[in-house]
Amino acid sequence: MSEYRGVDYYLLDDLLTEEERMVRDMTRDFVSEAVMPIIGEAYENAEFPLHLVPKIGELGMMGANLPEEYGCAGLGPVAYGLINQELERGDSGLRSFVSVQGSLVMWPIFAYGTEEQKQRWLPAMAKGEKIGCFGLTEPDHGSNPAGMVTNARKDGDEWVINGAKMWITNGTIADVAVVWAQTDEGIQGFLVEKGTPGFSAPEQKRKFSLRASVTSELVFDDVRVPESNRFPDIKGLKGPLGCLTQARYGIAWGGMGAAMACYDEALDYTLNREQFGKPLAGFQLVQQKLANMVTEITKGQLLAWRLGKLKEAGKARPQHVSMAKRNNVGRALDIARVARDMLGANGITAEYQCMRHMCNLESVNTYEGTYDIHTLILGQDVTGIPAFE
Amino acid sequence: MKIAVCVKRVPATDTRIKVGGDGQSIDTAQVEWIVNPYDEFALEAAIQLREAAGEGEVTVVCLGPAEATSELRKCLAVGADKAILLKDPEAASHDAQVTAGALAAAIEGLGVDLVLCGKLAVDRDQGQVGVLLAARLGLPCVTEIKALAVADGMATVERSGDGGNREKFEVTLPAVLTCDKGLNEPRYASMKGIMQAKKKPIDEVEPQLGSGLLDVKSLELPPERAAGKIVGEGVAAVDELVRQLHEEAKVL
Repeated sequence: MSEYRGVDYYLLDDLLTEEERMVRDMTRDFVSEAVMPIIGEAYENAEFPLHLVPKIGELGMMGANLPEEYGCAGLGPVAYGLINQELERGDSGLRSFVSVQGSLVMWPIFAYGTEEQKQRWLPAMAKGEKIGCFGLTEPDHGSNPAGMVTNARKDGDEWVINGAKMWITNGTIADVAVVWAQTDEGIQGFLVEKGTPGFSAPEQKRKFSLRASVTSELVFDDVRVPESNRFPDIKGLKGPLGCLTQARYGIAWGGMGAAMACYDEALDYTLNREQFGKPLAGFQLVQQKLANMVTEITKGQLLAWRLGKLKEAGKARPQHVSMAKRNNVGRALDIARVARDMLGANGITAEYQCMRHMCNLESVNTYEGTYDIHTLILGQDVTGIPAFE
Repeated sequence: MKIAVCVKRVPATDTRIKVGGDGQSIDTAQVEWIVNPYDEFALEAAIQLREAAGEGEVTVVCLGPAEATSELRKCLAVGADKAILLKDPEAASHDAQVTAGALAAAIEGLGVDLVLCGKLAVDRDQGQVGVLLAARLGLPCVTEIKALAVADGMATVERSGDGGNREKFEVTLPAVLTCDKGLNEPRYASMKGIMQAKKKPIDEVEPQLGSGLLDVKSLELPPERAAGKIVGEGVAAVDELVRQLHEEAKVL
């Protein structure tokens, strides 16, 4: 197979700056050389490729959109999106790691944290020396985070946290958790460090999806953190939701990365495999699938790019992000399933990528707002009538 | 320490080459362009020397068309300090003498301690420019180096000789060294490097072009390879395989 060159049917490269193309190409090369050779086995063995983290840090992919004064690269939204796209072309688990670190931990520390918190965590997290996780979802509160039961009670100069979080990417390997908890003044965010008495993060095993990613529970049993570990100025659900808007933005790009990988693989496979005396790609049913795939990819790429431009101009609303996350991951999942089908029996093996992407995308379609919840967000936005309850 | 690194814009190594309509050049319509991979070893070596010295300047020099700014920007993102583009839309058609002459003229005035090149460019595969450049500059030259250390105005280099010998040389600087695979592991551009690259200068200069001494008369693709042959399976096939390699293919 020749080197992976992405999918650019509509010459969308012309919409990118030279800098954005360089960021994309560098990330693509890194994924081709450092991720693709190891990711199939890591997935099979349910191992997160932790050895890649220092390299990802050195290259500046974590919190890449945050400013230079905190050891980050200060990239614009499109370049940041392209990093996510290329990482997820490798594996959704790897992109999830970077999304959580950058958008769900570094971003809230940057946006809501004290100067001391920023200095302490951001440069170390950018380098990958420290790993973060984000605790919002609970065993009984997924799509309805406002119902969370994890709570924090003020006790002198400390806060005492009790409760549990679930489905937390990076939990077990994290040095610090951003934890959202109910308080007398509404939902607030706290930094809980690994090793704090009463805090544990057991890994959730036996997943069929995101196997090359660590997913954990976070358990808080009278965990005491100092007042200096609280985000001072953010109260209510808008705190965590602000983080999710950042992460969902990256996921919208990431979904297309996985879709591009699957399309690329299906195209290559059907051009090279012959049945009934000609390449599979010469049959009408196969061509229809390829045509649908490349069309949906092109639409998704345009949606992501336009969203990046809206973000750059300060015009992107959370609902815009919902549209892109919903569409791009939903279509990526469709594309991965079709690609799996097109590869026939070979498609179920670890020799090929499409089934791994397909299984991963089941999670990506569910996390960070399920497909259906984003449907209702859009429904409310266009009608003015909430239909959640 | 001031170092010049010569780089060339070449088709990506997995390009399916098509001969152009003139029969003398390649059709560049569908070609992805990259920095010549051997030049990346040269650039990495230069950056490592500058980092080890804690001071210095790495200048990349390229004879190429206007589009080569894209490859030069990549070199700047990786860590070069500045770039010189000897802008020439016909750059691909020159022979090695012309290329070496243009590079020499540009490098002469820079007052560098060291000139690093790739051992060859993967488009023409000739490996002439580094040597001709050294001759033009009147500098010593070691080709295809796989190890490099610099101290007290001397470079210690190693290269593979015939039959796998490891040859070691000491060279007085300034010198021209052409770099081989194995010298180092070229780094990726970092996000910060990419952001800084746009602030670094690319000087566009009119190249001094001499007259060429070679003309390309025609290019053609190699003939289709004959199908391979399977002589058997597993250990049982070894004897027969060795016999055929020895007696029929005559490669052993």
